[in-house]
Amino acid sequence: MNAGAPVMGGEGLTRRFGDFVAVDRLDLNILSGEVVGFLGPNGAGKSTTIRMLCGLLLPSAGSARVAGYDIRTQAEAVREHIGYMSQRFSLYNDMTVRENLRFFAGMYRVARSERAQRMKFAIRMAGLEGRENALVRTLAGGWKQRLALGCAILHRPPVLFLDEPTSGVEPEARRRFWDLIHDLAAQGVTTLVSTHYMDEAEYCNRIALIDRGRLVAMGSPRELRAHELGGTLYALRCQPLGAALQLTLTQPGVVEAAIFGDRLHVVLAPPGPESASITADELIIRLRQAGVDAGQAHPVSPSLEDVFIRLVSPPHQNRNHP
Amino acid sequence: MNLRRLFALAWKESLQIWRDPRSLAIALLMPLMQMGILGYGVSLDIKRVPLCVFDQENSQQSRAMVNSFVASGWFRLSRRLVRDDDVRDAMDRGSCSAALVIPVDFSRRLSQHGSAAVQAIFDATDVNTTNIALGYAQGALALASQQMYARWAAAHGVAATRVGQVDLEPGTWFNETLDSRNFIIPGVVAVILALVGAQLTSLTISREWERGTMEQLISTPVTALEVMLGKLLPYFAIGMLDAGFCLATAVFWFHVPFRGDLFTLLITTLLFLVVVLGIGYLISVRIRSQLGASQVALLLTMLPANLLSGYTFPIDQMPGAIQTLSLVVYARYYVSILRGVFLKGSTIDDLWFPIAGLSLYALLILWLAARAFRKRLD
Repeated sequence: MNAGAPVMGGEGLTRRFGDFVAVDRLDLNILSGEVVGFLGPNGAGKSTTIRMLCGLLLPSAGSARVAGYDIRTQAEAVREHIGYMSQRFSLYNDMTVRENLRFFAGMYRVARSERAQRMKFAIRMAGLEGRENALVRTLAGGWKQRLALGCAILHRPPVLFLDEPTSGVEPEARRRFWDLIHDLAAQGVTTLVSTHYMDEAEYCNRIALIDRGRLVAMGSPRELRAHELGGTLYALRCQPLGAALQLTLTQPGVVEAAIFGDRLHVVLAPPGPESASITADELIIRLRQAGVDAGQAHPVSPSLEDVFIRLVSPPHQNRNHP
Repeated sequence: MNLRRLFALAWKESLQIWRDPRSLAIALLMPLMQMGILGYGVSLDIKRVPLCVFDQENSQQSRAMVNSFVASGWFRLSRRLVRDDDVRDAMDRGSCSAALVIPVDFSRRLSQHGSAAVQAIFDATDVNTTNIALGYAQGALALASQQMYARWAAAHGVAATRVGQVDLEPGTWFNETLDSRNFIIPGVVAVILALVGAQLTSLTISREWERGTMEQLISTPVTALEVMLGKLLPYFAIGMLDAGFCLATAVFWFHVPFRGDLFTLLITTLLFLVVVLGIGYLISVRIRSQLGASQVALLLTMLPANLLSGYTFPIDQMPGAIQTLSLVVYARYYVSILRGVFLKGSTIDDLWFPIAGLSLYALLILWLAARAFRKRLD
């Protein structure tokens, strides 16, 4: 598949469970060889979307094509061309590393001539040399995850779906896992990987941010940082933080405010002719007037986390802003 | 359908059974235990009915009467009573289920009239036992009368002739020793296979759901048919092993006569296994918890197999509606096949009706089971 060619596309993808809309008219377009991070809070619809794309759940509305096949009508062909790692570890705990690999090689009909070599590759990739005959239940989390990835790529799928592959895995193992994903991407594998670790977003070529079933932003980490904030970000040391946050949120021109460690992060809308936005200096004066011990405000370059807080917030905290 | 995937699944399933103590116990221990419990425990014969005797006369004649009851082997003297009230008391305590009362003028009447009556009282709470005990009592009495007549004839120097007496010479076919075990054991085999087979497969799909491995499995291109056949294959082997064990135990341990041919037995057993394993699999697809699936499997196999298969209660003695209902109890076909093959030496031709019933059942179950499994999470 050519690098940069569309390999996965969804249009109006919707999934309802009873009255609950888990995924709401999602459009998605992913190119060959991309590593796309699927980000959003718990329950945002990440897993449901991935399961639909894998053919495990039928969409209530909308359509999608994966590796050139329709997920509604050609689910089996889709399954031939994807690798999937589910959120919950789902290999066989009562079987050994080698037995699991052999089983999934059988399920994917990996050619016999290639099987030994593919299994060896997976074992090396997962760093499981010497543990081939260990029961999976005896392995630590990071190894299990890498073995699951190994099982998912035995048949060289062009598309990979990884649903929170690093959750509950220690940081060292997480970084190693991301190295593997990039190795695969270098070989042209397209990967959609969901996570709720914000720091992992930086490892992705592009990020799809999903909230309450809807796609709220999509772009490279740099694009998101540059465009999605809607103003300038200031960091502000002040005490007490709670009262400062309450007060700040009531000020005109404050797009977003949140506590970040021992500071307050505030996004101020750019001053416009008709808006009554306040400046950073004005904000500090108002805080001090209200009895808050506030220091200087420094403009900071936003992290992705700032962007997500701006884009994904519970409805009761959403402010009306100009 | 891809054979490689099918065998990969069968291999994986075998590994898991081998490593799962619960499955192994059901597969190997349950038939052993049940064969022992049911084979020994269930018998419709009543041997040595406990008998109380209230001998009011206590003469030589009356004692001879009692002796011939005990000597018949059907009764066991449990208590001698001395008062009328004792009869009721002994019955209430359950120390006897039959009582023999010999009147005080027994030998006088016998010598004067040539006949005398004795009273036999039965605890009829268990009708089946009572009927059998009644039969035994009549037999014992006839024996006693004959002996008395012989003694009387010898004492009076008369040739002991039988006048105007018609003798029935009963001929019992197929189960000559009238041993109810011969009749019950083939049924026991059917019940055990139904129970074990459905139990085993009832866990196979629900286990994958419960352990969370199903999601990975159905994300592969494996088809529903491959899943069904691949998973049933190892259980089929276990089922045949269990069947071989149970049938061999019936023949070599319990000495049930085997008069049929092995081929008929093999074909019909294969058919029966398809049905029971298929039913367990169907349950497993429908119910996603192992405990629930195993309970439903128990309910759907044990109850009908015990009550409506004709294994203990003869089907042709049931009311019409129940007889019709028993047609859907798959175990009844195999019970009648096994009895035919074991005791009568029936062949496939003779057994066309139960074989047709089983075949129809097997097809229906396989069709339903193949359709039941959906490769979706919802």
